[in-house]
Amino acid sequence: MSGNARFLWRRLSQFLPVILLATIVVFGLVQLIPGDPAVTLAGEFATKERIEEVRRLYGLDRPLMVQYGAWLWDALRGDLSQSLLSSKPVADLIIDRFPATLIVVVGAVLLSLAVGIPLGMAAATRARSRFDAAVMAFSSFGVALPSFWLAMVLVYWVALSWQLLPATGSVPFSSAPGDAIAHAILPAIALAAAGIAEVSRQVRSALIEVLASDYIRTLRAKGLRRWRILWQHGLKNIGVTLLTVVGLLINRLLGATVVIEAVFAIPGIGSLLVHAAINKDFAVVQGVVLVMVLIVICLNLIVDFLYAAIDPRVARG
Amino acid sequence: MSMSEQGASGPGATVETLLSVRGLSVFFKTRAGETQVASDVSFDLRRGERVGLVGESGCGKTVTGLSILGLLPRGAARAAGEVRFGGHDLLAAPERHLNRVRGRAISMIFQEPMSALDPVFTIGRQLSETIRSHFDVSTREAQERGIAALDAVGIPLPRQRYFEYPHQLSGGMRQRAMIAIATVCHPDVLIADEATTALDVTIQAQIIDLLIRLSDENGMAILFISHDLGVIAEACHRLVTMYAGQVVEDAPLDDALVRPRHPYTAGLLASMPTRQKGARRLTSIPGRVPSPADMPDGCRFAMRCTHAQPDCRRAAVALVTTGPAALARCRRAHELTLAGVAA
Ligand SMILES: Nc1ncnc2c1ncn2[C@@H]1O[C@H](COP(=O)(O)OP(=O)(O)O)[C@@H](O)[C@H]1O
Ligand code: SF4
Ligand SMILES: [Mg+2]
Repeated sequence: MSGNARFLWRRLSQFLPVILLATIVVFGLVQLIPGDPAVTLAGEFATKERIEEVRRLYGLDRPLMVQYGAWLWDALRGDLSQSLLSSKPVADLIIDRFPATLIVVVGAVLLSLAVGIPLGMAAATRARSRFDAAVMAFSSFGVALPSFWLAMVLVYWVALSWQLLPATGSVPFSSAPGDAIAHAILPAIALAAAGIAEVSRQVRSALIEVLASDYIRTLRAKGLRRWRILWQHGLKNIGVTLLTVVGLLINRLLGATVVIEAVFAIPGIGSLLVHAAINKDFAVVQGVVLVMVLIVICLNLIVDFLYAAIDPRVARG
Repeated sequence: MSMSEQGASGPGATVETLLSVRGLSVFFKTRAGETQVASDVSFDLRRGERVGLVGESGCGKTVTGLSILGLLPRGAARAAGEVRFGGHDLLAAPERHLNRVRGRAISMIFQEPMSALDPVFTIGRQLSETIRSHFDVSTREAQERGIAALDAVGIPLPRQRYFEYPHQLSGGMRQRAMIAIATVCHPDVLIADEATTALDVTIQAQIIDLLIRLSDENGMAILFISHDLGVIAEACHRLVTMYAGQVVEDAPLDDALVRPRHPYTAGLLASMPTRQKGARRLTSIPGRVPSPADMPDGCRFAMRCTHAQPDCRRAAVALVTTGPAALARCRRAHELTLAGVAA
């Protein structure tokens, strides 16, 4: 087996145990939330007897291990059980809501890269200049900026005062792509500010190191044009850093959408989670958290695979 | 091959001058202001000629080599003077012109074969991009030329190595790959900066032989930069000795080996390991190269020179003619009889 194949196999073999562990953690954490699902299920003004009846009916009186097993078995078949409030299948709720979250997160990642990479590159090639200092100052500011505050500022000025973009809500991409993107722009910007700051900062510091290396001097000595050196050799050599940043960024953005979706009234999985948590809809909370955790785990696996694709030396480790 | 055999076969004085460095000075910006690390450096390189640039570490050899191709660190360094090549002054030439010269007409290779190649691109890619930035050829054609270049520098299984990454090659093979990249466009001049210093002795000899062969086969001139006079003595026709940022001697190699005209060259010769005795002679020049920040006013070598006289320290020493094509920066160049190495 080649070094690469061995590396990928090792990562894959770690994947299943990690997933299993994640399901245990998600299941366990939801048990820790104060409140009693049977009470929620029985509805308002239910008698004690009614609550106990509901508990037996839904199997909530069984040992936790048994409940976990049943939940996992159902989840494996794509059944995340029903919402305690609306009785709709949790999986359907997530599938309905997911595109609205996805378009905002993808938009934020693309913005972070599209602005952050050139900014970091420009700063690195002019290291210690006034421009560089300005980029770094912006970056420190951007990282510290709370996204919900930026979101509210954007809604107030861009959407309400200047009426350039819609303030709230979301439109399915499949029915009106242009409109869907217009709705996603402000939330994506609100999320991307920190991303741009982080990407530009990391690109700058990684690239300064790369540009000082001997092989960059070799590339100049061969007569390679400046932009080729930067965008091909520079970018690929900071690829590992960039991937790590993007991986962390997406992880962080998935968490941040919870707040952003609330500010922009976007019907995504973030607002689904908030709504479910407030109403003690445990099944939905469990389902959404599980899906988010699975996304993060898969993402990290993809990032690892891409490491090996970008840097031939990774596979040796 | 003996030193004298090599040195004797240099191109005659009638061969055209390819590259002419004239009055080159290099300055670095430091916290204390500007320091000058190369002062009024001049020498010529003729077609097919191999010139050795020798001197201890810190004498300004690398900055001289980098200046020729405009590769000094941007912003931190400044070069003055002239580098005449192909009817242009490379020091004054725009980046666009330099990019046509670099890798095509003048190439440069460096000390560390480990770090001088991009670790995340294949050897083949690093060859083909060089070809394609100078010639309008297809990827296919570039690949064939690249594989031929690997073959020409003696890399076994070139068709397979072409697709490998630098870390998959040994140090010696990596330096061969480096040379393949530098020579794939058949340049007129190769600047080899300590190209064999990081390699062990056997590999070092192989790489020197390879460079000599490429130079002889293609009429490629080489500026052979090394702190090791032994390496230069093996390969070159002409010797340029640098000390503390200045050229202190410039002479045909054989003349310089037999009768050096500058005490510093004589000192380097005396500390050179000799093949005959099989061991390093235990003489080395006592003292250190003065730092660029506090250069002595008079002869820069005076504090280490066993022939120094009070006059030597008084005023800067100019280059004097010591032979038909020989110069030395010593007040006593004509009166001293310095020992060389026995031929
Ligand atoms: N990037 C740099 N910044 C400041 N000084 C430098 C730099 N590079 C080289 N120098 C100085 O220039 C002088 C000549 O260096 P160099 O050309 O590398 O010497 P050599 O190649 O002969 O060993 C040394 O005094 C060195 O300290
Ligand atoms: S000028 Fe004087 S000090 Fe300098 S090298 Fe010649 S003899 Fe020595
Ligand atoms: Mg050097």
